[in-house]
Amino acid sequence: MTDILIKNLPILVVLCPLMMSLIVVLIPNIFLSWLLTFASTFVAFIFSILLYQEVQIHSTISYALGNWAPPLGIEYVIDKVSIFPIIIITLIGFLTTIFSSKMMPDEINETSISKVYSLWLLAIAGLIGLVTTGDAFNLFVFLEISSLASVALVAMGAQKDKQALVAAYNYLIIGAVGATLYVIGVGLLYGITGTLNMADLSERVVDLKNNKALIAGFGFMIVGIMVKAAVFPMHIWLPRAYAYAPSAVSVLLAATATKASLYILARILFSVFDIADNLIINTLSYIILPLSIIAMFAGTIMAVYEKDIKRLLAHSSVAQIGYITLAFAIGTKASVAAGFIHMFNHALIKGALFMAITSISFYIQKRVTLSNLSGLGRAMPITFFCFVICSLSLAGLPLTAGFISKLYLIKASISADGLWIAILILFSSALSVIYLWKMIEALWLQQPRKEIIIKENPTIYISLLIITFLNIYFGLDASFVVDSSTEAAEKLVGVSK
Amino acid sequence: MISFENLILITLLSPLLVCLLTPLLSSKPILRDILGPLGGIISSWGAIQLMASILNGEQPRLELLQIAEGISISFEVTPLGAIFGLVASVLWIFAAIYSVGYMRGNKEKNQTRFYIFYAMAVHAALCIAYAGDLLTLFIFYEVLTFSTYPLVTHKQNEMAQKAGRLYMSILVGTSVILLLPAIIWVWVVTGSLEMSQNGVLDGKMNPDYAPYLLAMFVFGIGKAALMPIHKWLPAAMVAPTPVSALLHAVAVVKAGVFTMLLILTNVFGIDFLSKTGASNWLVWLASFTLLTTSIIAIYKDDIKARLAYSTISQLSYITLGGALASSMATQGATLHIITHAAGKITLFFVAGAIYVGAKMSKISELNGHGKSMPLIFLAFFVGSLSIIGVPPMGGSWSKFFLMLGAAESGYITVIAVFCISTILNAYYLMEIPARAFFFKKEREVKIKIPILITIPTLITCFLTILLFFFIEPFENLTSIMVSKL
Amino acid sequence: MISSTIGIWNYWIVFLLMMIGLFLVIGRKNFLKKIVGLTIFQTSVFLLYITFGKIKGGTPPILNNAIDTVYSNPLPHVLILTAIVVGVATTALGLSLVLRINSEYGSIEEDEISAQDLVDYHDQIETSKKIDTKFIQ
Repeated sequence: MTDILIKNLPILVVLCPLMMSLIVVLIPNIFLSWLLTFASTFVAFIFSILLYQEVQIHSTISYALGNWAPPLGIEYVIDKVSIFPIIIITLIGFLTTIFSSKMMPDEINETSISKVYSLWLLAIAGLIGLVTTGDAFNLFVFLEISSLASVALVAMGAQKDKQALVAAYNYLIIGAVGATLYVIGVGLLYGITGTLNMADLSERVVDLKNNKALIAGFGFMIVGIMVKAAVFPMHIWLPRAYAYAPSAVSVLLAATATKASLYILARILFSVFDIADNLIINTLSYIILPLSIIAMFAGTIMAVYEKDIKRLLAHSSVAQIGYITLAFAIGTKASVAAGFIHMFNHALIKGALFMAITSISFYIQKRVTLSNLSGLGRAMPITFFCFVICSLSLAGLPLTAGFISKLYLIKASISADGLWIAILILFSSALSVIYLWKMIEALWLQQPRKEIIIKENPTIYISLLIITFLNIYFGLDASFVVDSSTEAAEKLVGVSK
Repeated sequence: MISFENLILITLLSPLLVCLLTPLLSSKPILRDILGPLGGIISSWGAIQLMASILNGEQPRLELLQIAEGISISFEVTPLGAIFGLVASVLWIFAAIYSVGYMRGNKEKNQTRFYIFYAMAVHAALCIAYAGDLLTLFIFYEVLTFSTYPLVTHKQNEMAQKAGRLYMSILVGTSVILLLPAIIWVWVVTGSLEMSQNGVLDGKMNPDYAPYLLAMFVFGIGKAALMPIHKWLPAAMVAPTPVSALLHAVAVVKAGVFTMLLILTNVFGIDFLSKTGASNWLVWLASFTLLTTSIIAIYKDDIKARLAYSTISQLSYITLGGALASSMATQGATLHIITHAAGKITLFFVAGAIYVGAKMSKISELNGHGKSMPLIFLAFFVGSLSIIGVPPMGGSWSKFFLMLGAAESGYITVIAVFCISTILNAYYLMEIPARAFFFKKEREVKIKIPILITIPTLITCFLTILLFFFIEPFENLTSIMVSKL
Repeated sequence: MISSTIGIWNYWIVFLLMMIGLFLVIGRKNFLKKIVGLTIFQTSVFLLYITFGKIKGGTPPILNNAIDTVYSNPLPHVLILTAIVVGVATTALGLSLVLRINSEYGSIEEDEISAQDLVDYHDQIETSKKIDTKFIQ
């Protein structure tokens, strides 16, 4: 029994939320639909932990879908690289589901809640599938499953603010163009190699150096994924989509959606293609590196001038994605590991910050802007405490998770002879202190406009507390994150680099 | 016999414990106010024991926790650290007593919060003193900055917030943008975050890059207040006087110069510095800061502002001592940490006493008030003499060693700088007791100085004299430190 | 030269459709037209895949007993079936969003909508500021 379970884990972790989404849509009861959602995300999380243990033993698990042997059949691959984003997605998915139990009924009318949960599960399933699959075209399908579901979820924000519709529309159009570009790339590669399996593909592209179709196909794929990952300047859909989505959805998307795409980006750059290839080296150092540096500063500066807090956090996400792609662009083992570390930590940080801000907007029943934050810190000490801890973590203050990622990122860039990159990274993170400080100052030091009495709700802050605890925990004992990302980077880039 | 690990823990944790217990006792002000001095006594006992163990040639070390491979939080007592730890913890006792008198006498709000962060700052300073590796040093350097922010902005008015912003942006900005990459650079070059008593860079670092690395450290350690990044210190004077006294004369700024000395001796190593000449530019920068700020101090009418500029100038003595890269100068710089701390805290105590007792903060207002507060001004006079370096005050020793050091490394100009600055010191410090005792009184002021303020002031004043006669253990410590170089 | 250019005329069509589609998506301000553009863009990709699948003289891939039969590649067709489904879902979602936008904003022109949004955005910031000053007084 357990053998069968273990053997089928790679597909079960995807199927569990996918199948449940079909069931949830039929259930009219709000609580029951939440419970089922919670159960399936929790089970998916357990599965991913089991998978993690399996990967520690077997290093790579390959699962042939429908018993059609790869490379012809669709293959699901879980290795030390892909287990990392799977854990991020399932962990955040599970925590945000707890968080959503109070937020959803507040923002969405009763009849649509079960449908929203169905979409919610669909989005999570899509993201997990995206990471697990080893087939380039199957990847496209999951990409679209997750992004169509998230578009619909973002559009649900329209019940509070009509701007959500436009945000969702932009997200849809830009996302669809990105996905189509990706498909064109896959098509071109298929045309010259005759395979869709990524592992097989990586063997066959070796002989095709300087083939023009290969270069074109690579370009299309990369640009398509960069759109999905919101790499500057393809990020314009992101701030609005995050800002106007329903609260719980912003948390889920901010913490997971771009991470999965970033993982795909790394996979294409380092695993399908070879890091030693001139094509990749040029792409990294002449395209991704400058774009990342611009993203770091553009995102931060936009955030400094932003008054609407959810948008502010979204702009800061753009900057943080810049750090991750920057780490990939440096292209050494240490730097790719640093990118993965930051991917994990940023999911924790941004998830928590969005949770804190959306729960504030839940309590005050208004959009959160800088001016109506004033004095709220005293009224809701728990939320405020978590917010401060996670802001410090975002700024990269010691003893928080964010510090570990900054530390490794900087170490990697200095040892790759990029002292100037390290200084730029630190400079932009010092700039980020400005907007974080503005918020904390508004929350704590400004006098409240009137006496506000808020009773904090345990179901809302429990997941916030858990995530904040993780932020501190992974700042004090980072060996899990550091070790597994180093292993992931070794697998991607090779031990020697 | 308590093991060294536990000794370190006792010394470090007692301020932390005070910080954690204070909010629980916020409704019982008497108990709450006793906590501070009590913690100070326990922690200075620990610090003295640690210092004794160093004198016996031992090397206490404590691995606290491992964050990831190669990164850990560890503590190790070095001779330099033992001195700084002793200074911070002993002076904390008096500053804690003094702050009770000050806060009550001034009827300040939010006293509990004040004591919490006060103890927190001392904890961070002690952790810096005993930091066993560069990362621990950096972490608590930041903790110190953050824990003093609520103290600087204690008054919560527009001016305090503005000063707080300047304070944070300079200290956090420089440390994050320059100090952190410098530390990681060392990590990359040497492969570990450890320090050693004769430097870790020799033979591993290309000497051509050493001045740049040093510059990153020097400007990254904003707390040492070298010239272009000194602005935060005068700004931080909006804080209540106990804060300025302990933190901006002892803990924070001394943490800065301590870090600077530690970097110069235990990371670069004096040999490496004198061999490569990487610190030559620093000698001139420090001399420039030293003279310029002395001159600025003359023009400041606010007592605390004048003392702040005087502090910047005295800090440059220490940096200069380290930059001279000779064993004598390093000894002098280390001794100056002690003697200047004792002297300057007395001066700040006096400034606070005048503010509480007579509500005066300008030097021009002091005319003729010497007779109504004789003890206080006497303390100021003695403290000033120590800062100027007149025997029989403690300050004379450190200046003596610094000058010897300058001669040893052949910087004759630097000796001249020391002499000129001594004259300037005398000029701007002596003006205050001179006005108080010899000028004619302009107006009558009702004076009421709480006893809890007078006593610590007199004790620290007495300490400056004691230091002259009992400098020997400290001198031994510094010679242990120098002998290992 | 000419024969080779004409020989790949399928690709020229793909290219043309792709550019038309992309231009519509980027250049048009009307939300409905953008969706039309997106559909054309996707269609061009379908054509691209189908073209790969074509083999000269190939027959439909149904097993027969002739020895030297050349089969066309069926895989691209299957892939495109999936892609078409995805495309239809995208279009449907897009159209429904356009409908809702039209009923909320009364327009589907990007300029008008962003003008309305900008006003809303500033209103939010301004009103909260006003409340602020009121309470301070």
